[in-house]
Amino acid sequence: MSAPLTSLDRPNSYIGRSVPRPNAKRLLAGRGRYVSDLRLPRMLYAAFVRSPHSHAKIISIDAGRASALEGVHLVATGADLAKICTPWTGTLDHFKGMTSAPQLPLPLDRVVWAGQAVVAVVAESRAIAEDALELIEIDYEDLPIVADIDSAREAGGPLINPGSANNVCFRSQLDNGSVDDAFAHAAHVVEEEFCFGRHTAVTLEPRAIIADYDPAAGALTVHHATQTPYQFQDLYSRHYGLPEARVRVIATDIGGSFGMKLHVYHEDMAVVGLSILLGRPVKYVADRIESFVSDIQARDHRVRARMALDGKGEIQAMDVLDLTGIGAFSSYPRTSVVEGNQVIRLIGAPYRFKNYRATLEVIFQNKVQTSQYRAVGHPIACAVTERLVDMAAVKVGLDPFAIRAQNLIADDAYPQTSPTGYRFEALSHQACLKRLHEMMDYDALRSEQAELRKGGVYRGIGIAAFVEITNPSPAFYGVGGARISSQDGAIVSLTPSGEVRCLISVTEQGQGTEAIISQIVADQLGVAQEHVKVITGDTEVTPHGGATWACRGAGIGGETALQATRALRRNILEIAALILQEQPSALDIIDGEVVDAGTRNQRMPVSEIARIAYFRSDTLPPGTQAQLTVSQHFAPQGYPFAFTNGIQGCSLEVDVETGFIKMLKHFIVEDCGRVINPMLVDEQLRGGIVQGLGAALFEECRYSETGQLVNGSLADYLVPMPMEMPDIVIAHIETPTADTELGAKGCGEAGTAAASACVLNAVNDALTPFDATINSIPITPSKVLKALKRF
Amino acid sequence: MIGFDESLLDDADETVRVRFTINGRKVACEVAPRETLVDCLRNVLELTGTHAGCEMGACGACLVQLDGRAVHACLMFTVQADGARIDTIEGLTESGVIADLQAEFHRRNALQCGFCTPGMLVNAHELLSQVTRPSREDIRDALSGNYCRCTGYEAIVDAIDAVAKARIESGGPT
Amino acid sequence: MKARAFSYFRAATIDQALHAHARAGDDARFIAGGQSLVPALSLRLQAPRLLIDITHIAELRGVRREGAFLRIGALTRHCEMLSEPLIAEFAPLLRAAAPFVAHPAIRNRGTFGGSVAHADPASEFPAMTLALGAEIEIVGPSGSRRVKADDFFVDLFETALQPGELITAVFVPLFKADQRFAFDELARRRGDYALVGCGMLATCTGDRIDDIRISFFSVGNTPTRVKGTEAALIGSSLGAERIAAAQAALEGDLAPPEGDEVPPAMRLHLARVLLGRMLGRLGAGA
Repeated sequence: MSAPLTSLDRPNSYIGRSVPRPNAKRLLAGRGRYVSDLRLPRMLYAAFVRSPHSHAKIISIDAGRASALEGVHLVATGADLAKICTPWTGTLDHFKGMTSAPQLPLPLDRVVWAGQAVVAVVAESRAIAEDALELIEIDYEDLPIVADIDSAREAGGPLINPGSANNVCFRSQLDNGSVDDAFAHAAHVVEEEFCFGRHTAVTLEPRAIIADYDPAAGALTVHHATQTPYQFQDLYSRHYGLPEARVRVIATDIGGSFGMKLHVYHEDMAVVGLSILLGRPVKYVADRIESFVSDIQARDHRVRARMALDGKGEIQAMDVLDLTGIGAFSSYPRTSVVEGNQVIRLIGAPYRFKNYRATLEVIFQNKVQTSQYRAVGHPIACAVTERLVDMAAVKVGLDPFAIRAQNLIADDAYPQTSPTGYRFEALSHQACLKRLHEMMDYDALRSEQAELRKGGVYRGIGIAAFVEITNPSPAFYGVGGARISSQDGAIVSLTPSGEVRCLISVTEQGQGTEAIISQIVADQLGVAQEHVKVITGDTEVTPHGGATWACRGAGIGGETALQATRALRRNILEIAALILQEQPSALDIIDGEVVDAGTRNQRMPVSEIARIAYFRSDTLPPGTQAQLTVSQHFAPQGYPFAFTNGIQGCSLEVDVETGFIKMLKHFIVEDCGRVINPMLVDEQLRGGIVQGLGAALFEECRYSETGQLVNGSLADYLVPMPMEMPDIVIAHIETPTADTELGAKGCGEAGTAAASACVLNAVNDALTPFDATINSIPITPSKVLKALKRF
Repeated sequence: MIGFDESLLDDADETVRVRFTINGRKVACEVAPRETLVDCLRNVLELTGTHAGCEMGACGACLVQLDGRAVHACLMFTVQADGARIDTIEGLTESGVIADLQAEFHRRNALQCGFCTPGMLVNAHELLSQVTRPSREDIRDALSGNYCRCTGYEAIVDAIDAVAKARIESGGPT
Repeated sequence: MKARAFSYFRAATIDQALHAHARAGDDARFIAGGQSLVPALSLRLQAPRLLIDITHIAELRGVRREGAFLRIGALTRHCEMLSEPLIAEFAPLLRAAAPFVAHPAIRNRGTFGGSVAHADPASEFPAMTLALGAEIEIVGPSGSRRVKADDFFVDLFETALQPGELITAVFVPLFKADQRFAFDELARRRGDYALVGCGMLATCTGDRIDDIRISFFSVGNTPTRVKGTEAALIGSSLGAERIAAAQAALEGDLAPPEGDEVPPAMRLHLARVLLGRMLGRLGAGA
């Protein structure tokens, strides 16, 4: 089902076409230009001594031998950097009452997680820097460790931040309708406590940064593998006291990001300071071992939830408590409470009920920070909701499809406001549900399952509906005081040879931002895509904007490009009209030619207009000033978020003797509004789903009782690999948003949002013949075998 | 006595001269014994298409061909490669031997950030030079040590599958 | 993750390698495929003064028959275990285990002798030398000797190899017409170290097992032969009852250590399941 024809459906339209990414050929030839590849003249390399303790006082640091080592240029401590860098605090005003301690690049007197960077070394090579690390002696005095959520909440237990009343970072409550009443009168109540392990992004290219401070110019250039160059330009400027215009952040090719590379990291801030202290470029690339102890982690939630239903299986109410452990600080500048906030607000989102109560408690612990990572909060909200819906289905005696058909909000019932306060413009749950049923050949799967069960083969089928948050307005960060833009900017030019350049603030991490922007520009202007060059990721060149996160690139960046291109088109047609002695409205541009709008007869090439405007302006009527460069900014208005929706399904097999789970097939029906490039959307969904399947089955940062990460290497932390992942079948429903001309919403997190919920439901479905249930993610063989009481 | 020069033991930091054939050209370079092949390729020879993802052989981003076989450039020191023939993504691209794989990866968008891609191509190239008609399972198995966080792998499997079939149709493996 | 500085010496002969080791005061490591050693050096878990490259020593290469044994040169690469016809014919258990060893690119470089010398208790090949009743040929400053696999694995990463010694070859008794073998493992992902793995070699008269050697890996500090289990099988044919008895006997043979993700009881359970499945296949004549 496609969206109806609109003004976007022009002849030779690029919108809705699966065009390969022009910029991918470089990467295929090994000609990517990642920050980890860059070498600048006189560049030095940083490495960090890391705390072996998860909570300790720093008694003394002896760096004498390290400083004396040949090839070492600088050894810097927290005190050295504190002289030039102001502290930061990871709180936002709209999260009322939240607290977090101020942070510096390196600690002054206390370490709060195992792996925290303590001392920096800058040397002529990374190897020499590591040699120096071994020569630095630090005396610590152990402090009491707060390693898990329960000990953090114990009254009178040790405190992570001296002087605070407790280890709570933030508490929030929602209470709509009459929850107690609904539960009191419920025919059925289902209840469960769910655990979600910590996981981490494991981008294939670890974090990488080169800070290059030029004292002569008083200018800082940072080559930073990040999604958000403008945010970092602002932060480096403010925390190091440099004028914003003297700070340039360049984000070139990046080896994966997924939200992980838009937070402030202590090492990154330190590297900027080290470059300032040395007046030379300093490079830092986290190695994989460092990534595991210093990249943000995510999830780590324990959710107790219950759902009330009436006798017919109609959902009446939900009541939720989410406890989440975030590490010793709230991260900066986006905080570490957004995930929990989205958990309690997304729970139940696809369903029609009015009574909802939720409590969120965000808790400090002596671990590395958690923060926003692909599908922030969604997988937890989705798993809790969808598992309860499946449990309710069993209790009421309904099929999982039937209970959802009964309770999902009807597609013609929009706009709707969820019991958690989210406003939905238009979603398509019922259409997606119906499509999934056909696509999975659900009835055949069920009969196959029954047949195989007789032979001791236990297959499971799981489905999970979801809502995804995309296109955030200033309601997301701006209102809380964060200098994080929700608008984007574009500058579109017609070049002298009649080609088009588009400089835009959204950034590319491989999802195809540059490809879709060039599709939109080519489509809206009426030129071939290969004549459009898109430039991203350099604060000195591209206009200020939010960049790419929270699934905003296509929806907000795309609309910005659309509007800028329409303005350029108007300007081009005005000049054409003067030359051709026509009204602009009588002309159009198709395939790089100005044509008669009615007959489509060619009148003159766009390149000819460019030639005249740039080189023979004397031939234009007096007073004409051709404006062949336009700039446009666009901030979302209307709904605070463009919500999307969809549903996933999967089929898997549980080996009940070993606890091993084999994924057989995965399905998704997704509605991200207008699809600009179906192939790129499908690949976002596939990648997102596999990231969710990794979380469902394999990924977990496991900690000892003393707060030590015990599986911090790529051999021990299990990411999803090719052999274990299924093929994924995809279908689309298109419900464009009316808030923009383009109508596009985001799709990058939809896959991750529901994949683990699907697997959770499918595994429980497979275990139906046994008295065994699973309520914890990842679903490991040991959990399955324990549930089956096999050992 | 027999070949071992004891002064070596005092010169751990000294660079040594290594000669090999990189992408068809004879190259000599000075490296410290502790420098891994991936670091030498990237830093000394500026062949940055070979990537370092984990430095312990668990991700496949650093695969190169050593004497015609795919190996992890992070799991050997440059000195061990003295006298060897090494082909990196840059050389495989220039020679055209993986042009069909690259075109199919592009057509199907079998890459996103591109950081895993050179390693994927090196392994795909090795698979198709050994097995003419790999099943999808064979392809996934061959890539079992190549980590990609972006794609979910299916498009990569599809692309290799399509190239294998196209090569058969065009008259057998090249 | 950069190794500490070391010196490098490429030995052309065994004598050169042994000499260099001695001259470095035994603060040296031999390197062959290096697929385990290089990460250990990069992580600075090991930091020898001298690295002695033995991969160019011709005497350590080659697979050939020698009397009742197949002599597998220490430098035989894992990928050759898959491609070498002599291995498939005379040591099919090694051929069966090879696809489970790490990933293709690791197999292109890693060596059989290196794997046995490293003696990782979670590795496939060290455990298979036990199942095969192989003998390990060692050379060192005091000459050459052959050690039975049963006597080779001492403790965690500790073997009969003395400082300065290296493995020259592994001698595997030739596979015979009256023998059957099985290999399998339970690994979370293809190529991972297994949660538990097993190889077995049985000599049969018809369906009766005259002799059997069963070796597990990933069950303790060393690859582990399960002699009590073997005894429960010898002299019988592989019916369901016999298999159950063998599974029950495993508890006496294995004492898996505490693991962070896999508790001992679970590992024992998985070993039982794996054993049962493999014996079932062995009984079916696989």
